[in-house]
Amino acid sequence: MSGINMIVCCKQVPDPEAPPSLFKVDTAANKMVTASDVKPVISQYDEFALEAALRIKDKMGGKITVLSLGNKLVRDVIKKSLAVGGDELILLEDEAFEESDSWSTACALAAAIKKIGEYDLIFCGRQSSDWDAGQVGIGIAEILGIPAVTLARKVEVADGKINIERVIPDGYEILEIAPPVVITVTSELGTLRYPALKGIMAAGKKQPIVYKPADIGLEPGQVGAAGRHIEISKLFQPVKEAKCEIIEGETPEEAGANLAARLREAKLL
Amino acid sequence: MAENKGILVYGELTNGQLAAITTELLGCGRKLADNLNEELSCLLASDMIDEASKEAIAFGADKVYTIEEPSLKQYQASSYIQVVEKVVKDISPRAILFGQTAIGRDLAPHLAFRLGVSLATDCLGLSIDPDTKLLLQTRSVYGGNAQATFVSKLVPHIATVRPKAMSPLEHDDSRKGEVIPTEIEIDMSQVKAKVVETIKEEISGIKLEDAPAIVTGGRGIGGAEPFNTTLKELADALHGAVGATRPPADNGWVPEAIHIGLTGKIVAPDIYIAVALSGASQHIAGCSGAKHIIAINKDPEANIFKEAEFGVVGKYEEVVPALTKKLKGILAS
Repeated sequence: MSGINMIVCCKQVPDPEAPPSLFKVDTAANKMVTASDVKPVISQYDEFALEAALRIKDKMGGKITVLSLGNKLVRDVIKKSLAVGGDELILLEDEAFEESDSWSTACALAAAIKKIGEYDLIFCGRQSSDWDAGQVGIGIAEILGIPAVTLARKVEVADGKINIERVIPDGYEILEIAPPVVITVTSELGTLRYPALKGIMAAGKKQPIVYKPADIGLEPGQVGAAGRHIEISKLFQPVKEAKCEIIEGETPEEAGANLAARLREAKLL
Repeated sequence: MAENKGILVYGELTNGQLAAITTELLGCGRKLADNLNEELSCLLASDMIDEASKEAIAFGADKVYTIEEPSLKQYQASSYIQVVEKVVKDISPRAILFGQTAIGRDLAPHLAFRLGVSLATDCLGLSIDPDTKLLLQTRSVYGGNAQATFVSKLVPHIATVRPKAMSPLEHDDSRKGEVIPTEIEIDMSQVKAKVVETIKEEISGIKLEDAPAIVTGGRGIGGAEPFNTTLKELADALHGAVGATRPPADNGWVPEAIHIGLTGKIVAPDIYIAVALSGASQHIAGCSGAKHIIAINKDPEANIFKEAEFGVVGKYEEVVPALTKKLKGILAS
């Protein structure tokens, strides 16, 4: 297969590695509020998905189109996908796309993919690092009427077939499938490469293509909050009674031994 | 269209037996069904079902739909979805519950998109809104930094439920129920993927999910070796197993099979000793069901101390061997 067409879906999220104390809930608005020092990043599983596509491009060439949906996407964040080797960046960017759920996200991405028209492999992360639903990749496949293979840890293309190692409980299975296929990628695939300086320079010069709902043939009522199938009735942070008893000792060794004695005393052993 | 009624549990088998998650789903489903005064059904699809259908009744199901088909020997989304879709069309349930398992997390989104309804994955709590009779679905979001309760007007409601989040009912052989063998012709031309090979990565010793005690190491362990020595010795002393957070698994220090967290194993042991791990929300999601969490970390500010009941601030290289030695002495006496 020459000239393989790959599409990678990348979501911008607040850095999930930021300390938990920086995530707060606005209970009146039922919205998550992150402190301003929580930087936006590409959702980590989507980065693994991008790396999966790049590895195929390394071996056999092809084109990688990166798709991202949201509003006010930070160019420096999302352009990382171009800096590492993505060829084209398409943003579904509009106020109307705000507060999408898995349903309205998958519908919009699938509509954009239909507009792109040519695709062999569609890569998504196994789930996003913010809402963790794990539905969008499979949703895109269902809407497009093509198969989905989830939890891929290795993807290779040979003789027109796609060979995928898929993680299963206590092991993995090797699948063979013909394109087009949606593949969701898990962390075992490996982290995204660092962009080279040359890549960063080239990405700086490229402009993303921006689509509004009408550009992908959707009404405003079909996207974002209006297109949702599920509503959030309550968003909250469970209160934790943090009462950790710190076991002391003259030395770390003594503290370790004291811990054993305390566990016995508390009848944990 | 007839009104949607009743709760349907998608049942799973492990080695021919009803899976633990299925007994949990039946426990939860029974409460929801009683609350609505409606029936609880269970769907079992496999190449061989045997006693599991009776087990499903003993654990609370009113009706068990069994589909025995040689082509269902191995899970494939494209064949299994045909079975679920057919049963759902036949019985029009109000809500469908899956486990957040390898099968459930794959199958449930296919079903939700095919039916054009909604899905809440990895739920920790399910209840019926007394006024609207809609299913309230509570799950962890933002890597465990918050929880959200979702609700949808579209029926059937579909949810996947986190393992060990719900309690099964007492097994009761006197419970009455009906087993309904169901025939479905599976169109194998829909199955596009070919399974070339299945590779099992066996872990020696006690399985994590069954271990009464787990000693888990994080990024701060620094390499592969201490997992097999320092941590293993402590786990052995407690007749438990060794686990890891995601960084050790991603770095190849340990096999993925012992990764505990949101995207790894979900465990609920009596004793959970967290060693040199920060306590990221994504990890806590995998161990918050533990009865007692004990933390050992050199950083007194580490988030894990907010989760733990007992803690020691210190280098694990010094603390853990002394703890193991003293534990052995106590347990031998």
